[in-house]
Amino acid sequence: MGSVSFGQYSYVAILGFVLLGCLWLEVALRTRVFRRWRRLLLAIAPALVLFAIWDVYAIAQGHWWFDPELILGIHLPGELPLDEVLFFIAIPVASILTLEAVRSVKSHWRVGDEPLGEDGQ
Amino acid sequence: MTYTQLAVGSVVAVVLIDLWILRTRMVTRAVFWTSYAIIFFFQLVTNGMFTGFGVVKYDGESIIGETSPAVGPPPFLGEGRIAYAPVEDLMFGFALILLTIALWVFWGRRGVQRTPVAGPPVWRRSPDEGIQV
Repeated sequence: MGSVSFGQYSYVAILGFVLLGCLWLEVALRTRVFRRWRRLLLAIAPALVLFAIWDVYAIAQGHWWFDPELILGIHLPGELPLDEVLFFIAIPVASILTLEAVRSVKSHWRVGDEPLGEDGQ
Repeated sequence: MTYTQLAVGSVVAVVLIDLWILRTRMVTRAVFWTSYAIIFFFQLVTNGMFTGFGVVKYDGESIIGETSPAVGPPPFLGEGRIAYAPVEDLMFGFALILLTIALWVFWGRRGVQRTPVAGPPVWRRSPDEGIQV
């Protein structure tokens, strides 16, 4: 499909598209997610581990596989492409940026991490 | 287990984690569903690129739809696929996104970098003011 070829960078180019679509929120909507990097790491790490395990299982079972021409070609144990690990970082970052962007605009909406007594619980 | 079974199971498991383990209750909040509505659009585009360009291919034994063709894109819509990608991918993505957001809120509630809070957008002077053009 298409005449532009990204070759082995195809997978990471798609992740670049995702990041292009969301990183500007940090500036324009003052989401302040990267300034809270320890909290960001704590949110990303457990999901990354669980989904990497799922990924390794699915690859071993043959549920899905990757075109070797379109990925970086660097594999972690369990035949897990490095590209997939980057996916499990990029997508959570995009999700948290989106949540905080919505909160930036809708500052009266409760998210659940407000100091006690402000959550209506 | 098939991808279909794991995908459905992951959505159920993460909703239970959100409601009763982390007690973040994101699935009861407007802020989550508004965020997910925005993410959903980009999820379709991103899944569509991964699958339409053939970066990732699927075994018909493990999904509702057929095995990805060796050459060319799979069906755009139908046969268990939405925007080229198996519907299972939407469930996989939903579970990943909900778990991540619930953990983010969980750590904030625990007092891990609750501040600096988000906002206001650059076009507003302070959180409580209206839109300043």
